[in-house]
Order: sequence, then structure tokens, then C-alpha cells
Amino acid sequence: MDVTIKIKRFDPEADQPHSYWEDFSVSVPDNATVLDALIKIREEIDGTLTLRCSCRSAICGSCAVRINGHAGLACKTSLSRAIDEDNCVTVEPAGVMKVIKDLTVDFDLFWDKIREVEPYLQPQGAEPEGEYIASNESMLHLSGVTACIMCGACVSDCTVLEVDPTFLGPAALAKAYRFTADPRDGDREGVSRDRLRNLSEATGMWDCTRCNECVQACPKGVAPMDRIMALREQAVSAGFTNNNGARHTSAFTESVGHSGRLDELRLPIKSVGGITNIGAMLSYAPVGWRALTHGKMPPIRHKNVENVENVRRLFRKLEPDLAGPQIGRNSPFG
Amino acid sequence: MLEHDVLVIGAGLAGMRAAIAASANGANTAIISKVHPVRSHSNAAQGGINAALLDRGDDWEDHAYDTIKGSDFLGDQDAIEVMCSSAGRALIDMEHMGVTFNRDDEGKLGTRAFGGQRRARTFFVGDFTGQALLHVMFEQLIKSGVRSYEEWFVTSLIEEDGQVAGVMALEIRTGQIHAIRAKTVIFCTGGCGRIFEPSTNALIVTGDGMALAYNAGVGLMDMEMVQYHPTTLAGSGVLLSEAARGEGAYLRDKNGHRFMEKYAPNMMELASRDVVSRAEQTEINAGNGVNGCVFLDCTHLGEALIMEKLSQIREIGIDLAGVDMIREPVPIRPGMHYIMGGIKTDINGLTSIPGVYAAGECANVSVHGGNRLGANSLLDTIVFGERSGNHAAEFCRGVEFVDFDEGEAVAREERRINEMLERPDNGDRWGAIRQAMGESMVRNVAVFRDEQSISEAIRDFSDLRDRYNQVPVQNKNRIFNTDLVFALELGYMLDVADTIAFSALERRESRGANARTDFPERDDDNWLKHIVARKGEVGPELSYLPVTITKWQPEERKY
Ligand SMILES: Cc1cc2nc3c(=O)[nH]c(=O)nc-3n(C[C@H](O)[C@H](O)[C@H](O)COP(=O)(O)OP(=O)(O)OC[C@H]3O[C@@H](n4cnc5c(N)ncnc54)[C@H](O)[C@@H]3O)c2cc1C
Ligand code: SF4
Ligand code: SF4
Ligand code: FES
Repeated sequence: MDVTIKIKRFDPEADQPHSYWEDFSVSVPDNATVLDALIKIREEIDGTLTLRCSCRSAICGSCAVRINGHAGLACKTSLSRAIDEDNCVTVEPAGVMKVIKDLTVDFDLFWDKIREVEPYLQPQGAEPEGEYIASNESMLHLSGVTACIMCGACVSDCTVLEVDPTFLGPAALAKAYRFTADPRDGDREGVSRDRLRNLSEATGMWDCTRCNECVQACPKGVAPMDRIMALREQAVSAGFTNNNGARHTSAFTESVGHSGRLDELRLPIKSVGGITNIGAMLSYAPVGWRALTHGKMPPIRHKNVENVENVRRLFRKLEPDLAGPQIGRNSPFG
Repeated sequence: MLEHDVLVIGAGLAGMRAAIAASANGANTAIISKVHPVRSHSNAAQGGINAALLDRGDDWEDHAYDTIKGSDFLGDQDAIEVMCSSAGRALIDMEHMGVTFNRDDEGKLGTRAFGGQRRARTFFVGDFTGQALLHVMFEQLIKSGVRSYEEWFVTSLIEEDGQVAGVMALEIRTGQIHAIRAKTVIFCTGGCGRIFEPSTNALIVTGDGMALAYNAGVGLMDMEMVQYHPTTLAGSGVLLSEAARGEGAYLRDKNGHRFMEKYAPNMMELASRDVVSRAEQTEINAGNGVNGCVFLDCTHLGEALIMEKLSQIREIGIDLAGVDMIREPVPIRPGMHYIMGGIKTDINGLTSIPGVYAAGECANVSVHGGNRLGANSLLDTIVFGERSGNHAAEFCRGVEFVDFDEGEAVAREERRINEMLERPDNGDRWGAIRQAMGESMVRNVAVFRDEQSISEAIRDFSDLRDRYNQVPVQNKNRIFNTDLVFALELGYMLDVADTIAFSALERRESRGANARTDFPERDDDNWLKHIVARKGEVGPELSYLPVTITKWQPEERKY
């Protein structure tokens, strides 16, 4: 199979560092992955091409890049499915994190957020002599989250992180959930109160707009957004309702609810940044507001500011219409 | 200058366990790794980790016996006793740290069967046990506050008068060279699988630590003992875990026949790996395979079990071979997977240089001997990682830092690197050299080998070494120059490749993974001993060490 890989490159040591596209033509076996092609380019055509990769089997989390505009693992993406009718595929570095060189990005932001959630088991009380007794179901459930390989694909495509770098983000919140949902963590009932309190603060679980991008990007089925919604549920049932997020959300739920007009709204919403559901739109608002009013919008993001303005305008326009008759049907966590 | 009592090189399971232990013992500890810790290859382990738990009616001596028999009696029994008797505690510690092990109906840790063992004592997290353990270990590393140098590539060990003084490292992100002073250094750099092509191992597994130790005069022991795993994918060589057979999968030839009947009538598919790989290769050589493969058949296991316990390897089959194992048998063949050999240490991880330790796959404490049992390696990393960390912390207390000239050390390393960067482009590539080395290894030092094939590999390596000494590095920049890193790694791989081939040639018998067609029998009279390779004037110099036998006398091995 002959393919053209269009790669977005960046050389920090160039006289005037800038991103540019470069095309590489390679011949690879039909079942090759995007990573196979990148490695072939690196080894046979251009040794300066820089990317991280190691396991080739979607377990080390090194090779998240944007393929045709969406984050994913190069080693888990089959080329034959990624190419367009001209046998072309585009590969760019992951988003949100700063590019170091070519497809290599600075993961400090990612790890700082992971550190922020105190990512280690914090049981209270004495350890048992043997193992903790826990149901297989509870462990299987957690394993669905610990399957996270910390690849950053979700972070790359998170629509909130793009405009608000203070947000904890999908990976760190999923990691946090891995502890709050662990029967071994927290008090004797397995409730991780301190964690839930902290995560309810600004930049935490309530800042997610439910745009679903992280669910789509995640190569391991972790579904970070669903974990964030589960965190909200846990926080509210643990009594942490006295915070902006929880208040905002329940206020929205009370005043709007889902209406039959939802579908009509999809088109304009998509055009403001690929947000495909109304819940996302609604919860986008608080973040968009905060980012704007606190001057957190980086100046280089003029495009986004426009988008967020759009969101804001649309939202203002839509809000009154949306107050439907279904109050109370949705849970406060959306 | 950067300075640490204990400097751990490598942040896989062994390295992080060692660092956490050393730090808990009060040593100023740091860990250094060429990739972020969670990218380490330990994450690839799928199947599980062995431990004999008393309250399950198991006995660590049974585990020890299975390990010794698996090793074809080449493992040192004192070390095996240490590993097996510490296993239960090590396992429970990991559970307390937060590993989400699968449970049984009572909510206790559940087990699965693994090859070469008479009872199920393999504990697991789905089929991503290594990742689960590695991430939890990283959580504990964060908790410990140990200083972590991430994406730093160690380029040499510094010795002054036979004592360790520190290491030199390239900070990949900036291209800067650093000297780090250390009272003790623990090598936890993992295996050397990329010397082989294909291999189940990740691209970063290049034997660096083995080569660094070897070049510093430390012996590498039992290097001929290279494990070929029975179930790897053709082409990429990616692994499908033994967990599949542990859960009941069959191996079949092209006619659907379960050929293991002929080779291991009792244990069948769950005989030890060397036995199963030889059986497969024999069948393939006899024309009973298809395109050089036989089949792993999981179709009778049912979708529910596969989804709960084997879902990741099912994904691998779909992604990389286009086969859904719920529906169809997967074509597989023996593939290079693990090295039993490594840096010779005592049972505390100490090497022949005071202050230099090794643990994990790069080390050879000798618990695996001629053949490692599945799920014993993760155990090895944790038990001996912890022991070496404890021991190193203790060692530091009595010694001072050894002084060395930082400027000179950095300049020396700069010269070496600049020499490589300045080479004229002769059209050759390190990628091509590595490929040739890997293919020669897999062709000549394979499941079956003989004098002629091994000698051919040795000749190939010598030619490749000449090419290596001239090979240009295309990328001349400093920031994130992986081109340079790969070129340096290839040098390490060529060093280690020699020790493997020379040791394989030396062992004129068939034991464990060293199946010599020209010497088909095990020969306890002459070869119940370790082979140690030390760096000589030209190539490796070999010597012998006795095998430690405590209470299990060598006997014929039948499964
Ligand atoms: C696919 C696969 C499946 C496996 N399944 C199992 C299983 O089910 N059960 C089992 O028991 N075993 C299994 N194994 C074996 C086991 O996973 C490994 O032997 C073990 O994890 C090795 O751990 P380690 O800590 O020694 O090394 P690694 O985890 O490989 O870590 C090596 C570390 O050294 C660092 N490093 C190396 N060189 C340098 C350098 N020059 N400078 C700085 N840092 C460096 C790396 O960055 C890395 O952090 C499997 C292996 C493979 C390949
Ligand atoms: S659903 Fe929430 S966390 Fe996920 S990408 Fe969207 S905003 Fe980010
Ligand atoms: S949640 Fe998924 S996408 Fe995000 S870091 Fe983990 S594995 Fe990657
Ligand atoms: S190379 Fe490891 S996740 Fe892709």
C-alpha cells in the first residue's frame, strides 16, 4: 500500500521556529498502523522526525497524536482505515500541550494535573493482614478506569482545557474517580470525602462541559466524561452541593431540561466547536464565562475567543427557550 | 553537581520498587529513566504475577520446585527460595497499595493457571497486570517524593579506583549532558529484546544497563538463555499472553490437531515455555503449520470470559492481525520474549563492583535459570527491586561520595557524542544495522540452534560492528534528538548480542532455552553450571560459576 503521510513538524532549533507541513510517501504492508509508517519514515527517510513510541500495542501510552484532526494512538490506528481517497493521512502533535519538537509534546501539564489529585490510595484505619476483601465487580469496575494508559489523547482534545488550562481535565478526573470509587479508599464506608470536597472546587469536576470529546478520543474505553459524571453523583450524595458547579448545574436543570427542539440546535452548536449535545452547551457556559471574565483566554487563541463569543451569544439566545416542562427529570449531574 | 545516595537507573517495576524501598530507608534517592516511568516496558506484562499464598492451601516450596524445574535446574536455589518465600508478602503489599486484582467469589484475590506450574497461583488484573502494577507503583513513587529524572538517558557509569562514583546522562529534552554523583547505583534497565527482530518487547528495550555494566567490567551470566514465547503474532511479534492458555485455550496445527499431546501429555498447552515453543517449531518445521504459524484457539472459551479476562489481547488480535479470537483461531508462532540471563548479582542484588546493584530483567540473581516460568518475572522485579533498594540504602550509610572531575567527565561524553554527530553521511542507517542484527539473531540463535548457526551470527555481528562504527546520525540538533539516542542504544545492543551468541556457542548441551541440535541432551556432568561473560580485549571472555543447589536435586524434566 502506497500512502502519503502529511506530518505537522516543528523544529525548536530552527532560526525562526514555526510549524509546517511535510509530506512523506511510503510503501507499507496493508495491515500497517499509522505508527508503522511513522517509524518507517524515521528509520528510512528522515532521521530527524521526532515522536515518542515504544510498545506498538496500545499499552505504553507514548504515541498519542492527532490523526486527521482527532487524537488517538498511532499504534492503534490502522492506516487503511485512516487514509482518504487519495491515500493521504494527516498527523499532528496532540493538542493542549506545548509542542517540543515535531510530534513530541510537553507532558508536564498532564502530569501536574495527575499529581494534583493525590493519585495514590488513601485508606483510613489499619491495613488488614491479608488482602482487602472486595467484590470482583467492584474491582472490574475500577479496572475499567485503571485501564487508562495516561496517553493524553483525552487531554489533547478536551474543549475546556483548550480554553482553560486550569481545568483538571479528563485524565486526572478519571484518575481521581479511580480512588473515589475504590472501596478501599476513604472512610470505613469507602467514601473519599476529602477527595470529593477538593474535586468539587473550581477547576474540578463541575467544569466539564460534557462535550464527549474525551470519550471519543480515549483508546482504552475509559470514558472519562462518564467518570466525571459519576464523580458529580458521588459528590452530591456526599453532600458537596455548596459550590458553583453543583449550584449552576442544578439551576440549569431546573430552568431548562431537554426539549424537543434539541435536534434543531445541533447544527449551530457544532459550528461553534464540535459540541454535539445540549448538555455540553449548557455547561460550557460557566467555563466560557470564567475564562473570559478572568482573562484566562490566552491571546493567541483569537479563534477560540470568537467561538466562545458565539457560544455565549447562542447560549443567551437559547436559554429562555430551553426552559421546558421536564423539570426534575434529570439528575443534577446531567 | 547533582548528588544522591542511591541512584536507580530505570523506572520500570524493579526500579520504582527499589527507589521506594531505598527512600523509605532514609537514603537520598533518585530515579532516572529514558522514558516517563509509566511508559516503561513493565506495562506490557499481561498475564499475571505468581505467589504461593498459604491461606489458599499453597506452599512456597511447591512454587520453588516448579520454578527450579522450569529453570531446567540452572536457577540458583537459594535465590529461588528468597523469591518464592517473599512472594506472598510482596503480592499483598501491592494489593494494599491499590492494585485492582481480580477477585474470587469470596472477594479474595483470584488466581488463574499459568504454564509449568502444578496449581493456579497466578494473580492478575484482567490481561493488563503489568500496567496495573506499574501505574500503582508510580502512584507510590509520587507519594514517596523520590526525585525523578524523566527522559534522561544514562550513557555511562563512572568508576574511580574500582568504586562507583556516579553516572553520566543525556537530558533528552534539552540535549544537555549531566554528571550525577552517587554512592550507589542500581541498574533496573530491563531486558534487551530489541536485539531480536521480531520480538514481543517494546522499542525501548535495548539492553542499555547490561551493556553499561558489562563495559564497566561486571559479568553477564547465562546470556544464552533467551526465552521464545509460544504465542506471538507473526510480523510485528507482539505477544498474546499465556493467560489465554491459562484460561483454557488450545494450540492446534493446520489440521486442527492439539499437537501438545505428543510433547507434554500431562500439562499439554501449559507445559513450560521452552517446551511448548520447541513443540510448535517442530510442527512448523514439519509442515504442519500455515505460513510459519500454528493456531491459538480460544473460540470455545466463550465471549463472556474473553471479554472479562482477555479483552486487551483480543483487541491486539483485532488491531494487529485482523482476527477476532472470539470467533477464529489466531495464527501464532514462537517469538523472542525475555532474557533469563543478565547482570550477575548476589541475592541482595549486589554485583562485583561495591555499590553497584542490579534488579529486574537486566539482572540475573538467578531465579529463572534456563527458562523462566510465566508470571515469575513481575515477582522477580518486585522482590529483588525491594531487596536491592534496602541493601543499597544500608550500604550508603557506611561510605562517602567518590570524587570525580565533573567538567572532564562531561567533556569526555560530549566528545563521544560529537564524534557520532560529525560523522559524514555514508548512506548507512542505524535502523538498517539494527534490522540486520535482529534478523540474524532470530535466524541463527533461535528456538533451535547449533554451532554453525551461532557462528554465523557472531560473524554477522562483527561486520555490523564495523558498520556501526561509521554510521552517521542524521539529526544534528540537541533538543529531543532521538536519532542520537537510538544510535547509542544500538551500540549497547551490539555489545549484548555478542555475549548472547558467545555464551550460546559455549554451552554444548541442550538445557532450558538453549536447544542445541548438535548437542540435543542435557549434560549435568559437564554443564550444570553458569556461564559468565566479561568484557575482554576482543569480545567476551567466558568463565563458569557453580549452580547453587539447596535441596532439589536435578532430575529428568517431563510435563
Ligand atoms: C509483552 C510482555 C508480556 C509480559 N508478561 C508478563 C507476565 O504476565 N508476567 C510476568 O511476570 N512477566 C511478564 N513479562 C516480563 C516482564 O514484564 C518484564 O520482565 C519486567 O516487567 C521487566 O521489568 P523491569 O523493571 O526489569 O524493566 P522495565 O519495566 O523494562 O524498565 C526498564 C526501565 O529502564 C529504563 N532504562 C533503560 N535503559 C535506560 C538508560 N540507558 N537510561 C535511563 N533509563 C533507562 C527504562 O526507561 C525503563 O524505565 C512480559 C514481558 C513482555 C514483553
Ligand atoms: S467531556 Fe468534559 S472532560 Fe471530556 S473533553 Fe469534554 S469537557 Fe473535557
Ligand atoms: S483516559 Fe483514555 S485518553 Fe485519557 S489518558 Fe487515559 S487512556 Fe488516554
Ligand atoms: S507505542 Fe505504546 S501506546 Fe502506542
